[in-house]
Formats: sequence, structure tokens, C-alpha cells
Amino acid sequence: MALDKPYLDVPGTIIFDAEQSRKGYWINQFCMSLMKAENRERFKANERAYLDEWAMTEEQKQAVMARDLNWCMRTGGNIYFLAKIGATDGKSFQQMAGSMTGMTEEEYRNMMIKGGRSVEGNRFVGENGDAQAQNQPQGSAGKKAH
Amino acid sequence: MAKITASVFTSHVPAIGAALDLGKTQEAYWQPLFAGYDYGKQWMKDNKPDVIFLVYNDHATAFSLDIIPTFAIGTAAQFQPADEGWGPRPVPVVKGHPDLASHIAQSVIQQDFDLTIVNKMDVDHGLTVPLSLMCGQPPADKFEWPCPVIPFAVNVVQYPVPSGQRCFNLGKAIRKAIETYDEDIKVHIWGTGGMSHQLQGARAGLINKEFDSAFLDKLIKDPQGAADISHIDYVREAGSEGIELVMWLIARGAMNDVAGGKAPTLKQRFYHVPASNTAVGHVILEN
Repeated sequence: MALDKPYLDVPGTIIFDAEQSRKGYWINQFCMSLMKAENRERFKANERAYLDEWAMTEEQKQAVMARDLNWCMRTGGNIYFLAKIGATDGKSFQQMAGSMTGMTEEEYRNMMIKGGRSVEGNRFVGENGDAQAQNQPQGSAGKKAH
Repeated sequence: MAKITASVFTSHVPAIGAALDLGKTQEAYWQPLFAGYDYGKQWMKDNKPDVIFLVYNDHATAFSLDIIPTFAIGTAAQFQPADEGWGPRPVPVVKGHPDLASHIAQSVIQQDFDLTIVNKMDVDHGLTVPLSLMCGQPPADKFEWPCPVIPFAVNVVQYPVPSGQRCFNLGKAIRKAIETYDEDIKVHIWGTGGMSHQLQGARAGLINKEFDSAFLDKLIKDPQGAADISHIDYVREAGSEGIELVMWLIARGAMNDVAGGKAPTLKQRFYHVPASNTAVGHVILEN
């Protein structure tokens, strides 16, 4: 019998369950290695060579090099692991989270200061809140890229 | 016998640690948040415990994907602040309480909660930020936390995390364990993490003040009602990382009223948005 996964209809959200964890084992373990200063240095010196030391898929390596955290997550990455890449780049958690929305850093920061993103329209896929697929990308950073 | 004298609840955002460590607490962005902890810092001095039992979650620091314990109790003599990628926080080593921790492990496992016993573990911002918020930065000539701390790590990284009800029941078992410890000591139990926040995807930045406010009401007056909240309600209403709030229920389940005693006294209730991506909540309850 299939497992009950009631969280699949939450928009703009990937729940890191056992299936994602299995898929993302190596990308996440690569991220863990960046908790050591010497590994951060080696990664920064030659990203491709460092990534090739890990049994990651080519897509996972491309997603890391592109610093596209949404892409990393689709391939099984988890934000607490991926945060080690951000830390290596000198990025804050707010910069990392904001980068997944398409907003500029300033736009995202302002949204948070104004009380954050509303849950209205963002509870179920099929509503029309700002996190829904049909309303992406948000903000001017994402619009420029498209 | 040992007694649980109070429970403390607080969010544990990494940016709060960074703001403290970089001396930014008086900046306009941070000042209202830290002001919310002025009472708690004085209260800690006036009500210093002998031990803090600190429920928190590890953020892919001590536990990678190699081993994912649902409940892990730190029984070591000390725990080093971890390098999470930005370098370790400049805070004191966390001294444990191996004797009480081992006593709790034995008692709680015999009450059917299968804890993982950890004798070697670094502790990340999930544990050190609450200590900093409540104790301030220790002075250079006495660079230590005010008392020993027993770290208790809960998996909230890989789904499914333990249910609110299970956490609440675990709190009851921890209370029984502590109250059968022979030494006359005062123990605080802290629940950390939350409140509403989401750190991922197009829905990053989600905050739900109505949910948070209702959660605080229930936590204080109707903890069983808070324990009834399902996983999917946390995810949908409070964001994918808002599910950390289940950890508050462990601390709440250990209070006297849950075991038939009198209702706790509310000493502090504070709420602030934002700290980085997160809604910050803070409550102090005394038995």
C-alpha cells in the first residue's frame, strides 16, 4: 500500500521525506563535508574537481555549481545541508531562502520586515497565492532572468 | 529529590546568534527582538537552575544522513559548539550533567521511549542560541554558562518527525525521570525552535501570526490541545520548518499540571516578526 503523503499538495514546498533523503544522500553528504575549513578551501579552489570526488549525479553537480537551491532540492537536497554551501559562499540564511523565491535580496528582506509571506492562497495547490506555480517567478530578480 | 521548577520556550534562529556575536543587538532591526529577552535574562539570574534540560534540534551538524536518531540524549561531560560552516560561535563549551542524563536515559527508556544515547556530539545554534538569549554573553573572566546543560536532540529534519502527541507524552516521561533523581536540584526544561517559518522553495518566508498566537494560547492553557495539532497542519499553516514547534511540547509535557498538579504561572510571553526568515516566540512558565 502506498504511504500517505498529505503534504504533496502544499505549493512551493518539498518535504524532505525518506524518498527525497534517499535520492539526495550524496549531495547532502557533500554539503556536510563543507563543515571543515580545509574542505571549504578545496571546494572554492576547484568546485568541479571537488564535486567529482562524490558519487553525486551530474544533475546534482550542475545544480550546486549553478547555486540554484530549488534545483538542488528537487534532486534530493535538504535546506539544512545546502546551507553549508551558502555558508561557504558567505551567505546568510535569509539570502539563501530569498534566492529560492526569485526576489532580490532587498525585496525578500522587505517582505519579512512587513510581516512575512501570507498563508492566504498558499495552503493548497490550485489557490492563487504568491507562492503558487502560476505566479512564479516572484520579484524583479526572477523576472530579469526570464 | 530533583524538581522541575520551570519551562522556557524560545525560537533558535541562527541569525540571532550572528547578531549577538557581531555586536548588532542595538541595531534598529534587532533591538525589539532582544528587548523581548531582557525579562528572561534577569529571571534566569533570579531563578538560576542547577541543570537545564534543553530540547532542540540538530541542523545537519552532529547528525548527517548517516544516522538520524528521532530522540537523542547527550550524556557526555561536555559538548563543543559546532562549526556549521561559518566557523564555531564564540561561546563557552557546554558542560553536561552525565549523572542526571544517564538517570533520565535509563528511566525514559524503561517508560518505552527508545532514546539514542550520545556520548560524543557537537552542539549547533539550535542549542547555543537559546542559551545566549537567556544567559547573555558570559564575561571573559568567567567564560562559562551558568549551569550544566543536558542536550536533547529531536529529529525535525527528515520527515516524518515525531508527532506532537508523542513529544507531549515524552515530556511526561522525562518529568517522572527527573523527579526520581535523588539529589535535591532544580531543573529547567527548555523547548526550542519555531515558530512559523519556511526556509525553502517559492513559499519561503511564510509567517502565520494567527497560527502562532493560537499555538501560544494553547501551549499555556490547553497543552493537550496543542499536542493534537497534526504534522500536516504545521506544514500547511506554519511552514515546512514550523514543525519544529513539536519540540516545545516535550518541555510543556514535563510541567506539573499535566501530571495533575496546579496550572503553571505565566512569567513571560513575547512574540516578534521577523528574525531573518522566522517568527520568534518566547514563553516562561513556572511550576
